[in-house]
Amino acid sequence: MSTELTTMTGAELGAAIAAGQTSAVEVTQAHLDRIAEVDGRVHAYLHVDTEGALAAARAVDSGDGPRGPLAGVPLALKDVIVTRGVPTTVGSRILEGWLPPYDATVTAKLKAAGIVILGKTNMDEFAMGSSTENSAYGPTRNPWDLDRVPGGSSGGSSAAVAAYTAPLSIGTDTGGSIRQPAAVTGLVGHKPTYGGVSRYGLVAFSSSLDQAGPFARTVLDTALLHEVMGGHDPRDSTSIDAPVPPVVAAARQGATGDLTGLRVGVVKEIAGGPGYEPGVEAATRDALARLEKLGATVHEVSCPSFTYALPAYYLIAPSECSSNLARFDAVRYGLRTGDDGVASLEEVMSLTRQAGFGAEVKRRIILGTYALSSGYYDAYYGSAQKVRTLIGRDFAAAFAHADVLVSPSTPTVAFRIGERADDPLAMYAADLCTLPASLAGIPAISVPSGLSEGLPVGLQVMAPALADDRCYRVAAALEADHGHPLTQEAPSL
Amino acid sequence: MTTIESAADVAHRYDPVIGLETHVELGTASKMFCGCPTTFGAEPNTQVCPVCLGLPGSLPVANATAIESTIKIGLALHCDIASWCRFARKNYFYPDMPKDFQISQYDEPLCTDGHLDVVVDGRTFRVEIERVHLEEDTGKSLHVGGATGRIHGADHSLVDYNRAGIPLVEIVTRPVLGTGALAPEVGKAYVTELREVLRGLGVSDVRMEQGSLRCDVNLSLSPAGSGVLGTRSETKNVNSLRSVERAIRFEMGRQAELLDAGGRVVQETRHFHEDTGVTTPGRSKEEATDYRYFPEPDLVPLAPDAAWVERLRAGLPELPAARRARLAASLEASEFELGSMANAGVLELVAETVAAGAPAAEARNWWLGYLAQQANAAGVEPAELAITPAQVARVVALVADGTLSTGLARQAVDGVLETGSSVDEVVAARGLVRVSDVDALGAAVDAAIAAQPDVAEKVRGGKVAAAGALVGAVMKATRGQADAKVVRELVLSRLGAPG
Ligand SMILES: [Zn+2]
Repeated sequence: MSTELTTMTGAELGAAIAAGQTSAVEVTQAHLDRIAEVDGRVHAYLHVDTEGALAAARAVDSGDGPRGPLAGVPLALKDVIVTRGVPTTVGSRILEGWLPPYDATVTAKLKAAGIVILGKTNMDEFAMGSSTENSAYGPTRNPWDLDRVPGGSSGGSSAAVAAYTAPLSIGTDTGGSIRQPAAVTGLVGHKPTYGGVSRYGLVAFSSSLDQAGPFARTVLDTALLHEVMGGHDPRDSTSIDAPVPPVVAAARQGATGDLTGLRVGVVKEIAGGPGYEPGVEAATRDALARLEKLGATVHEVSCPSFTYALPAYYLIAPSECSSNLARFDAVRYGLRTGDDGVASLEEVMSLTRQAGFGAEVKRRIILGTYALSSGYYDAYYGSAQKVRTLIGRDFAAAFAHADVLVSPSTPTVAFRIGERADDPLAMYAADLCTLPASLAGIPAISVPSGLSEGLPVGLQVMAPALADDRCYRVAAALEADHGHPLTQEAPSL
Repeated sequence: MTTIESAADVAHRYDPVIGLETHVELGTASKMFCGCPTTFGAEPNTQVCPVCLGLPGSLPVANATAIESTIKIGLALHCDIASWCRFARKNYFYPDMPKDFQISQYDEPLCTDGHLDVVVDGRTFRVEIERVHLEEDTGKSLHVGGATGRIHGADHSLVDYNRAGIPLVEIVTRPVLGTGALAPEVGKAYVTELREVLRGLGVSDVRMEQGSLRCDVNLSLSPAGSGVLGTRSETKNVNSLRSVERAIRFEMGRQAELLDAGGRVVQETRHFHEDTGVTTPGRSKEEATDYRYFPEPDLVPLAPDAAWVERLRAGLPELPAARRARLAASLEASEFELGSMANAGVLELVAETVAAGAPAAEARNWWLGYLAQQANAAGVEPAELAITPAQVARVVALVADGTLSTGLARQAVDGVLETGSSVDEVVAARGLVRVSDVDALGAAVDAAIAAQPDVAEKVRGGKVAAAGALVGAVMKATRGQADAKVVRELVLSRLGAPG
């Protein structure tokens, strides 16, 4: 029974718990056992909250607790989302040992829905990276090949679900940090419309880009989790005051496999070519052919400004990060280094930040500080914002002729651990396809499109703002046609 | 200590240019970006939450009342109200700033291009307002140990974040030219008038001693008639009306002396010392601070709806200048007298006292005189005294009809202040009735003469001034209820001296 429980989907587990065929505690214990068994090799989790998880499961089982389609279903939460009384490190030494005194809105919504939080997952420090190698606590490994990365920055969350140590997980996506890890671990991962999910309690990397979203092994599970975490939050001024798009209904509708009349645009600038692996291009061509087979029309669109997405992103995100990360100053919480009673305040701040932040975080703080400096602001931050506007216009023009736009989720399959560690530019290229949607604030999903040399490839489906349901409908149709990319068996690990 | 040349002398050779930046803590019930209360004087770090402590993950949500108050201030200062503007982050490291950036406004302030007229010595000066913007206050640091009370050299520092996040409005003037020798007075009059405007709007308690109104004074001198702006000094935290005047006066003298000697003024921050009236240079910065302003991505732009702004405009209370013009007639007072009443915080009280039936001169004298002293002694504003304008008017009436003498009237007022009872109750309870009956007083006068025969002899001998001692004795014996004038007449007539 225990192995079986870890291979079931979230929807199946929720239904089985509701029907009394199993209990939330049994399901939770099965996943805790699986974590104990395999996570030593995967290292998806930074902290496993055994007590908290079992207590939440018992509350569901008591019958007085929360109810809903995912009540009692376990979940792995990216360590960037604060959890009251449970460590939240953001993959950084600077927050080692910090116990947040409050819950993020997302955390509170999960708890209210009876979802059991198993623990906190590894990530690139402050969500800066595409491989989870930038974690201060060591890399996470891809369950498909332990020598490869699980993507990043939400690599712990993708690896946990791919390793069957959780049926659901939550990541955050600033420039592709949900979609790229989902693609390289064979999962479904969705970045909602900016403002669709509250950022209250999400430790900020780049405020105008950060967005939390769901991971799962199926489109329906992803949609069910999206519905739980989404919605307006008065604590987040940038949260959109509108109902959650009908993502679950769209996932069910898409599963019928009928996409008749759907207009699919293939974005020329991020469709393939130099830097894209042939296996990724082949899987993408195959996915397009299947979309046509399901009744969609496919045509090419051009979004010329996308060429500037990468430089614009690497000005805007570091600029905001340089300001957002200023608060880690050794005064109120987190690490404090060099406070020997002699060192000045500035020295303690400086020593703490020197010791507490890793190389990539420092690189981006320096980059952002420079880009915002007086005399450089217009040339860098100002120009990047103009590019952002142009990208938005390109999307608007493309969506005039297409219901959804598609591209590969990332140009390659999972790369080897260490392969790009010393080459930041090669690392940044992993986000080439995902950055435009981030900069425009529109929703985008990554859904498995096939395998290349035995490793998963993902297709990105983008839709206009607040039309997240279109992403789910297309993804569900592809999933129904292609079948599950992962074998129904958990990886042996 | 240096002797500082007078403003009048400096103004012969130099044209002073003043600029004022005023910070006003708004009196909203909750903070600017979170729901924490704003009560002054609470235990340190008891009015805090994840947002105003800048905890990781927390986000700001703008306080609508604070935005409304800022627009009201802008309207009262005749500003244009932006139809669209944004908050910006001002980035710098300091321990009393929880996020190590301050949410403020930069190149898109909420209100711009206004003015405030002030009258000094019968001349009207128009102070142009460059901008009015909204930001959050910082926490408060207490640096323990070390000689200066500043962070450098301190043994350790304590930070109270109760103030962090309290809405703060910054009002910045354009350079004020043409004030000459009156620069110190114009500076003071501007802050005074601004305080009245803010008080009238009810947006802040504008208490300089509690820091809810704080002032930075910029001053530069240019050679008289040259029209060339000089280098300015910025004197920070000048926190009383009198200090504004003193700081300007001191800086005029200091800069004139420097320039006279062929030196040059350094652009720097200076500190004003209340005790000595002197400014001293702040810590010199090796390099200019670059605050790396950029639009606050956690907040949506502010777009005050035009109809809302017009509703606020229509709902503005009468502004102090207009009110003074109206009251000038009913109070039969000059602009100068109105100014004194406004400065003392009694204008409204005098007006209400007059409305309750007292003659204007009497009402003014009570509030500016005895009652102002009592308020001062108790450390409260006159308006906070436990006596109402109607009660003051009643006292005035009792004096007018001869029931109370001036001395008894003060005792009646004291009684009201102490007990909160009505004037008539106090008068009855304390038996405060003027004794002017010659027969009733006769015995007391005779007793006083009998008790001090040597004094009586002097008076008989023509030393009329000596009679005061006898009058005093009678007043004491009658517990102040006697009419001093009648007593004096009685004493003199009994002793055969000329009255
Ligand atoms: Zn607060």
